[in-house]
Amino acid sequence: MTQQRDTIAHYQTPEGIELSLSLAGPIVRGVAWLIDFAIRIVCYIVLAIFLKWLGGVGGGLMLIGLFLIEWFYPVFFEVRNGMTPGKKVMGVKVVHDDGTPVSWTASLLRNLIRPIDLLPICNIAGFIAMLLNSRFKRLGDFAAGTIVVYVRDEIRVFSIPEYPSCPAPMPLLLAEQRLILDFCERTEKLSRERRQELALLLRDLTGRKEPENRLLAYGNWFLKGKASR
Amino acid sequence: MNQSLFEHTYQDQWEQFRLFIESMEAKPTGRIAVNIPIEEFPRRYRKLCNHYGLAKARHYSPALVDSLHGLVLRGHRQLYRKKTRPVWAAVTFIARDFPRTLRQHLFAFWLSFALFYIPLAGAGLAAYQNPTLLYSLMEEGKVASMESMYHPESGRFGRTEKQRSESDFQMFGYYIFNNISIGFRTFAGGMVFGLGSVFALLYNGVMIGGVAGYLSHPPYGPIFWQFVLGHGALELTAIVISGAAGLLLGASIIRPGRYRRLDSLRLQAPVALRLVMGAAAMFLGAAFIEAFWSSCNLPEAAKYVFAGCNWALVILYFLFAGRRMT
Repeated sequence: MTQQRDTIAHYQTPEGIELSLSLAGPIVRGVAWLIDFAIRIVCYIVLAIFLKWLGGVGGGLMLIGLFLIEWFYPVFFEVRNGMTPGKKVMGVKVVHDDGTPVSWTASLLRNLIRPIDLLPICNIAGFIAMLLNSRFKRLGDFAAGTIVVYVRDEIRVFSIPEYPSCPAPMPLLLAEQRLILDFCERTEKLSRERRQELALLLRDLTGRKEPENRLLAYGNWFLKGKASR
Repeated sequence: MNQSLFEHTYQDQWEQFRLFIESMEAKPTGRIAVNIPIEEFPRRYRKLCNHYGLAKARHYSPALVDSLHGLVLRGHRQLYRKKTRPVWAAVTFIARDFPRTLRQHLFAFWLSFALFYIPLAGAGLAAYQNPTLLYSLMEEGKVASMESMYHPESGRFGRTEKQRSESDFQMFGYYIFNNISIGFRTFAGGMVFGLGSVFALLYNGVMIGGVAGYLSHPPYGPIFWQFVLGHGALELTAIVISGAAGLLLGASIIRPGRYRRLDSLRLQAPVALRLVMGAAAMFLGAAFIEAFWSSCNLPEAAKYVFAGCNWALVILYFLFAGRRMT
């Protein structure tokens, strides 16, 4: 087995299909946490301003609000669609290890264990835990059996330059097709000479004349078929 | 079959499936605008998996493979999502699952009980015999405010001087915030091989015992005991159960049995969560009693009868609730 170098988590379903989920790393999750933290602070301030008018009862409500927000703010959002506002901004969400939406049990667990991840200050324990495993799990994620994944990468959309399409002279494997599409995506960032130099590596496929445009033609064929001929 | 024939043949099915999934995602609990009968869903989903597998194995174009993968992923989420009905779950939890879970983990409970009550009794006796010991546990100002809380002439007792002017409801909020948070932290401490929970139990045991021993002397004694006994049944038991939940977490890491440590943790954690959520409900009840009942100026006898009933109820609840299989 080759060692995994990318951040795609694979899960094999009972149907024998392998699903891929792209994991969110510590930095993205840290920023999401900071955004949520800021939102919580604003909530406290708004609560304090409104409840000050109510005297003793207001003080009691304030403390109850503080308690609920402190412990259950993430749970409230996660059980609805897996995303706290901070995670929504960063385009990530919490799911079970098998990719299904997070349940009450899992969400409660990962958030009740958060104080340990916060130790000793600034999420250091959670941060170290995330670096030590291949799925970026903090301690709460281990107990709850959850991961945090990108929402937007569920379907990768290649955007490549338009070019009259043409089929490749030989059948290509899926991974090879992807490779050519990756190249097509990058063409506009490369100089003409570099483009040609790279494309010439596949001489059998492209021939000597305008190799980079041949690859673009194949790429367009992979994406749209005959339509763009 | 080449790709365009494949796409042409199944395009309609995929589109239908996509619409169905979209309506399911929009309304995860309510009724779904059905274009596919709900019983058909699993079969359709498997069909889609089959198409995805074929497209991948035949090395069709990445665009097609990726869009099918996206559909499969969304279908998988809907088919295998765990459905919960929170309100009903809460009712059956209190009536049945919570006491059952505790009875299934009696060892953790009694261990936690010992870790809490042995230091409590020890510190209590020591502080009773030698009240000055309390000063090595907490600072002088804190002791003075404790004394004022249970002084016979303090009016609203069980409150520090500052708190006395505040309403019962404010104290209710404070007890919720403070006590349930302590319970949750005691539980979370279990992640550190159980050490955090052990420490929290020992610490709270010593502090509570020390204060109780010190305040048992006149003139505070009678007032202190009638104040604390009422809600103590729920509150002290809830601390012990939070500790037991933390110990379960720790034990699952230390003694994983035939599982890998992390798997053992993941399997055991939901059980521990049940205990700590039950404890949170008990803390809530205790906060209610402490704020609105314990601080009232009622005849001493009434307080003791109420306290006795509470302890009896808690014990009966854990002994008998949820025994029948229904």
